[in-house]
Amino acid sequence: MAASTTTGNFKVIGTRPIRHDGVDKVTGRAKYGADYTFPGMLHGKVLRSPHAHANIKSINIDKALKLPGVKAIVTGKDLPKAENKLEQAGEMTINPMYLSMNILAHDKVLYDGHAIAAVAATSPHIAEEALRLIEVEYEVLHPVMTVDVATKPGAPILLKDLRNKEEGDKETNVAQHYQFKRGDVAAGFKAADYVIEREFNTAMVHQGYIEPHNAVGIYNSDGQATIYCSTQGAFDVRSLSAQVLGMPVGHIKVVPAEIGGGFGGKTTIYLEPLSVLLSKKTGAPVKLVMSRSEVLRASGPTSGSKIKVKMGATKDGRLVAAEIWMAYEAGAFPGSPVGAGAMCIIAPYTIEHFQIDAYDVVVNRPKTAAYRAPGATNAAFASETIIDELAEKCGIDPIDFRLMNAVKEGDAQVVGPPFKRIGLIQTLEGVKNSPHYKSKLTGKFRGRGVASGFWFNAGMQSSATVNIHADGTASVVTGSPDIGGSRASMAMITAEVLGLDVTDVRPITADTDSIGHTDVTGGSRVTFATGMAVYEAAKDAERQLIERAAKVWEKKPDEVEFRDGKLHAKGNGVPPMSIKQLAPRFPRTGGPITGRASVNARGVGPGFATTCVDVEVDPDTGKVQVLRCTIAQDAGKAIHPSYVEGQMQGGTAQGLGWALNEEYFYDDKGTLRNSGFLDYRMPTCLDLPMIETVVVEEANPGHPLGVRGVGEVSIVPPPAAVANAIFRAVGVRMTETPMSPPKLLKAMLKHRSSTQHSAAAD
Amino acid sequence: MKKTLVEATINGETVEFLCEPRQSLLETLRDVLELTGSKEGCLTGDCGACTVIVDGRAVDSCLMLGVEAQGKTISTVEGLATQGVLSVLQNKFLEHASLQCGICTPGFLISAKSLLDRNPKPTEPEVRYALAGNLCRCTGYDKIVKAVLDAAADIRGQDKSKSAA
Repeated sequence: MAASTTTGNFKVIGTRPIRHDGVDKVTGRAKYGADYTFPGMLHGKVLRSPHAHANIKSINIDKALKLPGVKAIVTGKDLPKAENKLEQAGEMTINPMYLSMNILAHDKVLYDGHAIAAVAATSPHIAEEALRLIEVEYEVLHPVMTVDVATKPGAPILLKDLRNKEEGDKETNVAQHYQFKRGDVAAGFKAADYVIEREFNTAMVHQGYIEPHNAVGIYNSDGQATIYCSTQGAFDVRSLSAQVLGMPVGHIKVVPAEIGGGFGGKTTIYLEPLSVLLSKKTGAPVKLVMSRSEVLRASGPTSGSKIKVKMGATKDGRLVAAEIWMAYEAGAFPGSPVGAGAMCIIAPYTIEHFQIDAYDVVVNRPKTAAYRAPGATNAAFASETIIDELAEKCGIDPIDFRLMNAVKEGDAQVVGPPFKRIGLIQTLEGVKNSPHYKSKLTGKFRGRGVASGFWFNAGMQSSATVNIHADGTASVVTGSPDIGGSRASMAMITAEVLGLDVTDVRPITADTDSIGHTDVTGGSRVTFATGMAVYEAAKDAERQLIERAAKVWEKKPDEVEFRDGKLHAKGNGVPPMSIKQLAPRFPRTGGPITGRASVNARGVGPGFATTCVDVEVDPDTGKVQVLRCTIAQDAGKAIHPSYVEGQMQGGTAQGLGWALNEEYFYDDKGTLRNSGFLDYRMPTCLDLPMIETVVVEEANPGHPLGVRGVGEVSIVPPPAAVANAIFRAVGVRMTETPMSPPKLLKAMLKHRSSTQHSAAAD
Repeated sequence: MKKTLVEATINGETVEFLCEPRQSLLETLRDVLELTGSKEGCLTGDCGACTVIVDGRAVDSCLMLGVEAQGKTISTVEGLATQGVLSVLQNKFLEHASLQCGICTPGFLISAKSLLDRNPKPTEPEVRYALAGNLCRCTGYDKIVKAVLDAAADIRGQDKSKSAA
């Protein structure tokens, strides 16, 4: 493990306690969204479009309503009118009309799986039968499935109101064009000794969380509603649902259940407003759960993309220019992560001259949602492959090439102020000095590849409360759903500040009424921003403890200090007092002690990772086996090292799946043909080796404990690392994902015949 | 749809319940018997989140009907602890941080128990093969495999000291 540069002798931080929700999770007691039941609860199911692109001519629900057991049916007509404009809903900028259209189609369906109607019945089976009795008349339109088709002149238009600045009042499928420029790209390329230019295509992939979306909605006749759901952000569910339903935000309470994976895909809404709408119509609680097929067809995957990268370097290995064109599939409504991708694609390197043009394009696929470092993985697949090729041309080791060009403190970002303290170089060295990289890789058709990645990480808003109990123990309450073990870290931070045992601090994730506004669990922000709020809330409690002890000792607060978990009167003579000893005195000295803090966290530290993979390619089938894998990532300060390692390993596994097998397979009618886990092929236990981790700790100066978000960047390097490894294994540069057996085999056969031809020609 | 009366042994207890012929064993466990520890991930037998042990075999309960439980002995995650005392496997999962969101954990614990009941000394490839029917999206499997190998060693050590005593 690389040496830590974070100062501080910590008692709790950096240790590996058992997580507080652990027993519930290994005994099946933990309640996830689909585990909730209520008296009189009905079950809902959603009717979904079988067509990728069609006008809805009519919907007839009469027959379905007559089925015994069916209690209510809703369609797009039951939603209030929504405006076509951009609006702030929490931290997100959304278009209310598009959001509403995605919950229930208005006059058009825009993807296979688009929701049209929802039924509530006394059993999920009856609800499903009712779906079959709903009669929908469609006028089928030509599906627009790729960026190429969407941008062709004369292409069918998905959204008649969509405009972009450059095309004026012309109907278009291009929602946005972003551009980032610096210097003079043409001059830059003139100075280059080597220029490499390639076009890359990445397939659409899904976050693949094992738990499908769920929601239980309870609408009371007094106009107050409660939603129980598995979500990464209860406050986002509240504001988005309020928006769609036309209800005041304060009339909805969202209770976040335990969540079975999100990775960004559960930061938006699908079933939540439907559950409330059906509950309003029936007067009963209504539960909806998506099937796996619905999850893949109708919840947001991330964009497939087309990326053209041209980069130049001098022969001594200096990157001098980059020219990039990238277009991402937004899905049915605008909002792909192409802007973020554009800001990440060359972020790890100092390049004097660049121009990046990035396009957000609508297609007849589900509306994309965030997926772990959204936009960055597609981008890195392209850029890190070109960098590998340039390194090879220069005859420089791929890690050394990156070290020569790596950004460090003080260097400019693509957009924004110069970097503060960052750890990219340390992650490159972490891999370089790893047992993995130092080992020799021998054998036929085997190769080693390296890639690096960047993610901004987020700050945003979080609230925390620390309650000191009558026995001197504490609870720490936050609004951050725990998707990866973060609640343990919140307890650890509280325990560290207050000198308590970590088992004496209970971490709670509260609902939207019980804690101050807290933004989504995502953006690698919980340990950073919610951790910051927790730290400050614990410090607030500490201040109050000092004031109380001062009262008890009839001293002034500045004559009292809190040290080693005890209150000390400065000077001598007074024995120190523990919180446990002080707690019984609370009522008489002012009442209960509650520490609180709300932050809009500044001082975000960006995340860097470098990944190395060894692969073996089967020359006859194109199957790639990952032999060994190491990831080095800068965590700033690892509060709970096991869960930091977990984030690094999990993101790596998703990146490897993205690289090797995962893709959305649509037929020419725009129907998703692999909407199940058999054919949407994610890595199993047997597909992966142990994932070796090097936790770098370059303290983030913006955080009281040096924390840097770790949740996302680990997914960014693997596809490029695998492509670079494949090149060294079989001499083929792959420019599309997934690098699945048929695709790799085709590329290998083409390469073999062309090298045979040139050999024959000699 | 008329319900059928079924009698089975679940987690050591004889249980009688009613279920419709169209309800899977998973749905029966969760919605009829309120044993929500087994999870629904795909309903097509591809993810293993619903794994239970039926007459000594690990089975995806989404691929079995509730009525087929008649006369069978079934173990679910709720039966792994003994009077609240966690099993070795459960403890190892916690020590090794083998879970992040935890939704796949019940299925993995059952599959791992099934493996160790059959093969007390598995190699790493044997562990990976036995668990290949359980999908995890959070962990990359590293800490899960380590926990199972550690649990196997622990159980063998305990058995050794038991027989030595």
